Amino acid sequence: MNKNLPKWVDLGLIPLLTLLLAFAVSGLVVLSIGQDPVEVVQVMIKGAFNPFGIGHTLYFTTSFIFTGLAVAVAFHARLFNIGGEGQAGIAGVGVALVMLSYDWPHWSIALLVGTLAALAFGAAWAAIPAYLQAKRGSHIVITTIMFNLIATAIIGYLVVGPMQGEGSQPQSERFPASASLPDFHEIFGWFGLEFAKHAPANISFFIALVAALLVWILIWKTRLGYEMRAFGHSEKAAVYAGISPLKITMIAMLISGALSGLMAVNTVQGEAERLLLGSVEGAGFIGIAVALMGRSHPVGVLLAAFLFGILTQGGAELQFELGIPAQMITVIQALIIMFTGSLENLVRMPMEKIFIRAGKGATS
Amino acid sequence: MSSTTNNAGRLDAVAPAIELSGISKAFGPVQANKDISMTVAKGAIHGIVGENGAGKSTLMSILYGFYKADAGSVKIDGVPTQINDSHDAIAAGIGMVHQHFMLVDNFTVLENVVLGAEEGATLGPSLRKARKELKRLADEYELDVNPDALIEDISVGFQQRVEILKALYRQAEILILDEPTGVLTPDEADHLFRILRNLKEQGKTIVIITHKLREIMDVTDSVSVMRRGEMTKTIATSTTSPEDLAEAMVGRRVLLEVDKKPAVVGETVMQMKGLSVTDVHGVKRLKNVSFELKRGEILGIAGVAGNGQSELLEVISGIGAATSGEVLMHGEAIDVSKHANAELRRKRGISHVPEDRHQRGLVMPFMTWENTAFGYHNEPEYSGKMGLANQHHMKEDAREKMERFDIRPPNPQLVASHFSGGNQQKIVLAREIERNPDVLLIGQPTRGVDIGAIEFIHQQIVNLRDAGKAILLVSVELDEIQALSDRILVMFDGVVQGERLPENTNEGELGLLMAGVDPEANS
Repeated sequence: MNKNLPKWVDLGLIPLLTLLLAFAVSGLVVLSIGQDPVEVVQVMIKGAFNPFGIGHTLYFTTSFIFTGLAVAVAFHARLFNIGGEGQAGIAGVGVALVMLSYDWPHWSIALLVGTLAALAFGAAWAAIPAYLQAKRGSHIVITTIMFNLIATAIIGYLVVGPMQGEGSQPQSERFPASASLPDFHEIFGWFGLEFAKHAPANISFFIALVAALLVWILIWKTRLGYEMRAFGHSEKAAVYAGISPLKITMIAMLISGALSGLMAVNTVQGEAERLLLGSVEGAGFIGIAVALMGRSHPVGVLLAAFLFGILTQGGAELQFELGIPAQMITVIQALIIMFTGSLENLVRMPMEKIFIRAGKGATS
Repeated sequence: MSSTTNNAGRLDAVAPAIELSGISKAFGPVQANKDISMTVAKGAIHGIVGENGAGKSTLMSILYGFYKADAGSVKIDGVPTQINDSHDAIAAGIGMVHQHFMLVDNFTVLENVVLGAEEGATLGPSLRKARKELKRLADEYELDVNPDALIEDISVGFQQRVEILKALYRQAEILILDEPTGVLTPDEADHLFRILRNLKEQGKTIVIITHKLREIMDVTDSVSVMRRGEMTKTIATSTTSPEDLAEAMVGRRVLLEVDKKPAVVGETVMQMKGLSVTDVHGVKRLKNVSFELKRGEILGIAGVAGNGQSELLEVISGIGAATSGEVLMHGEAIDVSKHANAELRRKRGISHVPEDRHQRGLVMPFMTWENTAFGYHNEPEYSGKMGLANQHHMKEDAREKMERFDIRPPNPQLVASHFSGGNQQKIVLAREIERNPDVLLIGQPTRGVDIGAIEFIHQQIVNLRDAGKAILLVSVELDEIQALSDRILVMFDGVVQGERLPENTNEGELGLLMAGVDPEANS
């Protein structure tokens, strides 16, 4: 990013200080509602990292990695995909359709098929906004928002209509047991390790890690990623180089939608094991914050997703333990997004001054 | 306003109009201005020359209140003056004409002049007052413009006059002009200089920032040379020469002429037949343009910016589509429809150094090794297996190109925005010329490029010509066209207005053609 700062300051120290600043302000907010910030932090950390809590934290982290990567990939081509909610939701429909259609002989096959369905449905839901943007210039922010609403309506219809299961609940039939994915308890068990039972974190966490690696290769090692970045920096330059804006817009959005879609493997197949209303739980939007904070770099996305995982799980614990409203945690998340997203210069400017002065002293 | 009668003949009696002392300004680690002191006498035309990044614009921005100096002081008419923003500057009698005009296109001339200087709640009185004032200024300084014309309907020459009028309407006594002739025809430039001399006679002080040494010689009384943030020299214009100024700018002797042998022109490589382009607004940008391009020649396209040259380059290079007409390469038609693709052009041996290197020629946040393969990145040599890029070769290749083209600093990991204009242009040139193309399209090869690098770039273009390649050169710098071209086409309003051989023409004739006048038709 910055030419004048050492890398560790630019990518390590500044985000860390920004985060601390956000926490400090959050502490003031906590004080203002008559709670003790130290206690709040203790409860959150305990809630997020206790043997059972970590299973939830990693479950949320998994979802945020997928949606964060989705936003990050699109960002590199300067496309603002805020349709993660809808893409993940429709991918859930796809996962449910294939899981309910056949009794898969083994979970590994169910995982493979579920993953493919999630990829395909997520990508398909991103395809129309992408095409409209590339061909007609309809702004992708607007179209993806509308597609989020359409997706919600479709899922709402499906779970009380054609796909509704037994009973009056707005949900589909439960998937056959063979579709059930190994959770962390089971996976750790293979290696003779302990992990709390019934925590929702499941094997798709590792898919998320692989996805992060693949995104890194895509963006920085392949010619397609090179073309995406070139297009993202300057469409005029891309056209000059013979890169088709239509092609790149389509491909970037399909990949982005597919990544969002993968979230359904975690939530729909891994945890709920049925199609539910609202299974995305806002993760599509948190993905935007994750990508922003992670500077659209896969490693940054992993770290930011973990942070938001901790906040989500720890925040839920606050509600139980201290009776702090859930909205409070949203405020803290918002503060983090605000500080890392738009107030970064608050930390960056003084840092630049300090390091440039120090650098001058060292060289002269 | 000063009550002294300012007479060009008696300068010594009055305090200098501008007195800068010890001005310093740093942007991060870059020292843009280092301890600069400069005095401009009242009623003088003072030039400031220097390469890009020498700190000319920074200095003037400090004077106009855009930047705050880290150190130093400003005196206007001998009075210490603190200039914090443009309001202070205007109050101190300083007016600025920017390189890119600050006008509202869909306002009339009158409305633009009044904008920001309205008095009272309703516009009527201000407009009436301005109309009277404009009339007076027009008579006094040869600054006539129709006050009711819309800005978008008048030429850039007139738009510039509106900028000057704006400053005068605000009672500017000191006028700063930043690269004022960049967008003007030679004729319009002459008119501008007449206006400036008139202003001078009325006691106004004028500062011109330019990189055109000839203009400095023509119009200024004194000149300051800036180099790397420092003011290296201030001298009376009558006692210096362009060569001396160039040397002071660059720090070494510079060849201002291009050293080239007569062209050995071969067979026709490309034929353009009846090319027309209509833009999205339905405006005809290119009208039935036909010409041929031959091996071993540099065909120069002269013209004021915006007369169809850009569209011509876009069509030939596969970036833009032609509405009608065709382009033949070795007698074979190439795609000029909207499905044209620049990558296919490159495969046919057509390389393109675009006019706008910041937006097109380079991806500014890309590292040099990413930029030196840009557009050719799908060629086998840069490709790895399974869609990967062969980054090892890209880096090696960049290193070699940087060495051969003397690109500094020679570090392939640096991003493009880190280099000076000249070195950026060399990155583009290295990429396009090293492909050994049959045809090189090159737009504004030395725009924003330091004098030192201009020499090198011109030599590369001539070398490519001497290797038997066909070169289509588009430039708004008439000097450059005349120095490099073996044949000159002049474009005006989307039409080829005339063709001349450089040895049989002169600047006056080309200038008339650029303004849409056919000198032969008159005689």
